[in-house]
Amino acid sequence: MSKNIIWHIGLFVFSVLIQVLFMDNIQFYSLVNPYFYVLFILLLPINTPRYLLLILGFALGLTIDVFANTPGIHASATVFMAFLRPFMINTANIDEQEKTISPTIMNMGVGWFIKYSLVLILFHHTFLFFVEIFSFHSFLNTILRSVLSGLFTFVLILLSQFIIYRK
Amino acid sequence: MKSLLNFLIKYHVFFLFLILEIFSITLIVRFNRFHRVSFLNSSNVVSASILDKYQGVVDYFQLKRINELLADENARLRNDLQNLQLESMDASIEYDSIGEHFIVVPAKVIRNSVNKQHNYLTLNKGAKHGVKPDMGVVCADGVVGVVLNVSENYSTVLSVLNGRWAINAKLKQSNQFGPLKWDGNNPMYAYLEEIPYHVRVLVDESVVSSGFSSIFPEGLSIGKVEEVAHSPGETFQTIKIRLSVDFRTLFYVQVIAQVDKNERIELENVTGNE
Repeated sequence: MSKNIIWHIGLFVFSVLIQVLFMDNIQFYSLVNPYFYVLFILLLPINTPRYLLLILGFALGLTIDVFANTPGIHASATVFMAFLRPFMINTANIDEQEKTISPTIMNMGVGWFIKYSLVLILFHHTFLFFVEIFSFHSFLNTILRSVLSGLFTFVLILLSQFIIYRK
Repeated sequence: MKSLLNFLIKYHVFFLFLILEIFSITLIVRFNRFHRVSFLNSSNVVSASILDKYQGVVDYFQLKRINELLADENARLRNDLQNLQLESMDASIEYDSIGEHFIVVPAKVIRNSVNKQHNYLTLNKGAKHGVKPDMGVVCADGVVGVVLNVSENYSTVLSVLNGRWAINAKLKQSNQFGPLKWDGNNPMYAYLEEIPYHVRVLVDESVVSSGFSSIFPEGLSIGKVEEVAHSPGETFQTIKIRLSVDFRTLFYVQVIAQVDKNERIELENVTGNE
């Protein structure tokens, strides 16, 4: 159990560092900004209590905010995503004794993981980009940025699964 | 009372969600130039030192490029110096050297972004080195931004690429001035606003700082006119400016501040009486 906690603390630090040191430097005409750090929320154990999910989401978002000088923006988007996560988790049928595992691609299968991560990432990114611009002024442009960045984040997270959980 | 408690317990997750979201939105709304959240930014000790260390490693791989930039700047400065020396031989010309009115603190950029709606830079100089909020930040190519928050060793800078503020800029030929704003899309272009229709604006005309605020001296390069458009129904021209600073490759900048004019006059009077 405590081994599990240490592993997730490590994952938290890893996600934040990858985000602020590498991902924030990726720029394609301000269209693609990947937010890789959501990996941490995606991989929390299935039986994580919902209140803990929200608090961890808030802590993660605020940490990213401190680095990016955007107080509140990442925090609100990540809390929103953490709130939606249990609804996606419920779409899988899991045995009671298996609930301490993480919903990784190896544990849950490729098809389910793609659906699970893609939906949550797109919700997170859309929320984030709208909060960042704080208006519906350039609505289509913001949607386009959310979808492109979301897809890019999704590919990175899929790849990271094969690197972290290599057998 | 008991049923209220039961209700709260039953929906505790939803209430926690609401509380956290309201708190985040409050942070977003309160964060502007006037309500500074002093510790939640990248000039705090922990995040700034991580960024500083990392930038040290990255810089190592950029040394060649930085060297070239510095050599270029050296050459240009030497050229300017030559011209100034020539001018000063002519006794009829009087000029102010910038060094008399401005403090200059050289600094290194340890974090920069151009792809957000509100972009900030983090510099490796802070209060200890004489940097204060509201000082101007420039580089060899022109205006970069204005200092926002300062900690002991680091400072954060509001970049020109930030919709939250506008520099006062003027057209060099006609001396017409207006705010220069970034629209949040391309880091190479910004827009000069509030220039009326009767003003003739030439493509490739220089745009410089107006000198009306005490942050920047007059005549610092900002960019060149790229495109002039007359959109129907608008009171002013739409002028697209190609920025002279490439924000994607900023390494070294200078923090500048005007020495208080009154202070200078007082000082001169005291010296004169003795």
